[in-house]
Amino acid sequence: MATTLETVKPLTMADMKGKVDPDWCPGCGDFGVLAAFQKALVELQIAPHDVVTISGIGCSSNLPGYVSTYGMHTLHGRSLAVATGVKLANHHLHVLVTGGDGDGFGIGGNHFLHTMRRNVDLLYIVMDNQIYGLTTGQTSPTSHLGMKTKSMPFGNIEAPVNPIALALAAGATFIARGYSADQKHLTELFKQGIEHKGFAFVDVFSPCVTYNHDNTYQWFKPRVKKLEDEAGYDPGDYRAAMEKALLWGDEIPIGKFFQRTDLPSLHGAEPILADDVPMSQRGLRLPPEIARGFIEELM
Amino acid sequence: MQRTFAVAIGGAAGQGVATPGDIFAKIFARRGLHLNAYNAYQSIIRGGHTFLTIRTGPEKVTNMGDRIDLMVPLNQDTMDRHLGLLGAGAACIFNEDSIKAGAPAAGVQLCPLPVSKLADITRNKVAQNTLAIGAGLNMMGIGFQSLQEALTEQFQKKGQAVIDENVSVAKAGYDYAAARFQPFAHPLPMTDNRYAVLSGNTALAMGGVAAGVKFYCAYPMSPSTGVLHWMASHARQAGVMVRQVEDEIGVINMTIGAAHAGCRAMCATSGGGFALMSEGLGMSAMIETPVVVINCQRAGPSTGVPTKTEQGDLWQFLGAAFGDYPRVMAAPTDIGDCFTLIPEIFNIADRYQCPGLVLADLLLSEGRLSVDPKDLDFGPHIDRGELITSGDGNGSNGAYKRYLITESGVSPRAIPGVPGHEHTAATDEHDEDGVLISDEFTNPVKRRAMVEKRQRKVDGIEASVPPPELTGPRNAAVTLIGWGSTKGVVAEACEMLTEQGILANQLAVRWLVPLKGDAIVKQLKGAKRTIIVENNVTGQFARYLRSETSFVADGHIRKYDGEPFMPHHIVEAVKEQLAGKTKLSVPAHEIMV
Repeated sequence: MATTLETVKPLTMADMKGKVDPDWCPGCGDFGVLAAFQKALVELQIAPHDVVTISGIGCSSNLPGYVSTYGMHTLHGRSLAVATGVKLANHHLHVLVTGGDGDGFGIGGNHFLHTMRRNVDLLYIVMDNQIYGLTTGQTSPTSHLGMKTKSMPFGNIEAPVNPIALALAAGATFIARGYSADQKHLTELFKQGIEHKGFAFVDVFSPCVTYNHDNTYQWFKPRVKKLEDEAGYDPGDYRAAMEKALLWGDEIPIGKFFQRTDLPSLHGAEPILADDVPMSQRGLRLPPEIARGFIEELM
Repeated sequence: MQRTFAVAIGGAAGQGVATPGDIFAKIFARRGLHLNAYNAYQSIIRGGHTFLTIRTGPEKVTNMGDRIDLMVPLNQDTMDRHLGLLGAGAACIFNEDSIKAGAPAAGVQLCPLPVSKLADITRNKVAQNTLAIGAGLNMMGIGFQSLQEALTEQFQKKGQAVIDENVSVAKAGYDYAAARFQPFAHPLPMTDNRYAVLSGNTALAMGGVAAGVKFYCAYPMSPSTGVLHWMASHARQAGVMVRQVEDEIGVINMTIGAAHAGCRAMCATSGGGFALMSEGLGMSAMIETPVVVINCQRAGPSTGVPTKTEQGDLWQFLGAAFGDYPRVMAAPTDIGDCFTLIPEIFNIADRYQCPGLVLADLLLSEGRLSVDPKDLDFGPHIDRGELITSGDGNGSNGAYKRYLITESGVSPRAIPGVPGHEHTAATDEHDEDGVLISDEFTNPVKRRAMVEKRQRKVDGIEASVPPPELTGPRNAAVTLIGWGSTKGVVAEACEMLTEQGILANQLAVRWLVPLKGDAIVKQLKGAKRTIIVENNVTGQFARYLRSETSFVADGHIRKYDGEPFMPHHIVEAVKEQLAGKTKLSVPAHEIMV
């Protein structure tokens, strides 16, 4: 996979640019996420052909088209299942998954849960705007109680999911929250997530300027507080992470909540990959003596 | 017609029906005899009623047949249900300590075994089974040596003491039969051939390995679970990544992910799981990533009858996923074909970058058949189509277009990791270079071009599969049309009809899409009377054939009680239709299971 030394030129932001520009609304939080995404790859100097960016459906899921890596723009809610297949087929690839809160926590909730407990080695970025944007403004799984939308015009009566607490409960091994308006911080989280050997989850507050009039930049700005700025906060402490995960209101923590590095990733635990040769690069023919053995078993 | 011999073993689930079945099957196959085994059972782990039929003979045995020669009831329920199925010349071996014989038909030999006198039943809980195997083999004229070998293998893991115990019990049954029971009129023959005995699920899994499958995943669902079991237990030797997934939606999407990254990837399920995969199939077609998906049909709708067979998912298959898209679809015609078909359909799916769909059923999946080991070819032709796996492929100067518009409709496919070929594969409609045309600006000219590009692949697929062929006499009085798993039983019904003076032939359909409708109509042009045979209530294939060709058959034989056709069902139905009594026959299944 690695490009030979003599052809290496340092990768720049221009190398990460996709074939087209984003069609998001002006002011959309997703622009900040895209920039941090590209910057993380540049800072880590990962070549676009070694990356597969995989998304579901929704505004934020258009992201693969705006970067120069390999990409898959899959079905609504199914990005993590597809991404697991890609990673297991070629674990040498960097697999980065992007999507929204409806895609990941609503229709894709089951895959979210199981991908975390499997510790699939990928970075999952959720651009969480607490609303369905591309379908023009309905309640999402992270919309707050009482929030008025087109689908719940008299206010949301369903409690929202807490993605950070859910990820902690499900056994994710890297859990962070970012804010799209703080790009430097977000880039750092993405870099750490890419380098983490296991399932890395970054929930990003990415305000929808068109349909979410409650959770705006003005709303977030005074509330978000970086865990990194908190003296003595230890991301290795599961209970402390859970306490922070449950905070919501005047103070909302962002940053790295939790990380553990003592568990193998799914492909790391898979005995068939002990020789490190990706499944996709193996010969298709079975050695004749093994084939004979399979038939002998039946005789 | 060849002479065959059928053994039926019945009891409650958990009573050990499978082991004697395995031992009989092994001994028959090692005598160079063909066999077919069908197990009628229910969705219960302990209890209920299980009835296994193993039919053997020197030539290929394609179905369970009409006649039982030897019945071994392991409980009273089996005796009560099935003694009436036995005719003259047949025998019933049973434990006289616990089972009372009913009144048999004339010429049926009752063979009671005094089990507690012949074996120590406090030590050996399945002594009655082992005694019955010994007695039965003696009556079939088979030497004890073969049973001794089979038992030794069966109990190898349990140690010599258990082997010796079972061999001595079997010998007691063998000797008791020699002294007390009449042997069968025709001792079982022997040939120099040796056969492998396998289930359709094993065949599908092994066919996948032969095709070069490197990724298999599944959610357990009867009757497809056997594919997962074989794959999982052979994964390391076969070099296959095998995963159990949270649901079938995850299964199809994971399979597509692995295929997109360059593996040959396959999954299997039954009707309910396939329903969940429907949207994923559309993705496979839209992003042009080939996968092979197997549906082992069971009786539906909904949870239906999980342990019973049906050919009821044809229209689900035809209608799976919204929108029009190219695909290839086939129904294997026997258990051996479950193996052969997989590499064939992978080659077409890979060449035309489309889903390959396999429509099997419980009868194939869980039935067992003897197959000539030569027919299990682990070196089949493999064609991966236009696949770019290194950076020197075309387009490495940045001009690569994943969905390049070509005359064949096939665009060279670069897999992720290859330098210079980066692209996004999108489920939204996209341009040649993968850029979405569904957002911001749609473009009717480009949309039409992409639809037509994909659709042109249909011509190539069409040319890749042969039309079905009529088998049997050209001047037949009746032509039976079937698809998939009914091929063997219809062939036997044709032979029986021909013997009875009614010349019959068969058109067995294997490729469902493309159907080759023109060729079918041409073949049927001279047919005197056509009857479509299928395992469903609405005539799903009859309606499909009609929709594709306007061909309307003269009559229909349909069975939808969960059990497979027996040859006489078809023979009798044909006769009643030739007599003008009906155009729709629904045979009644006589074996209550």
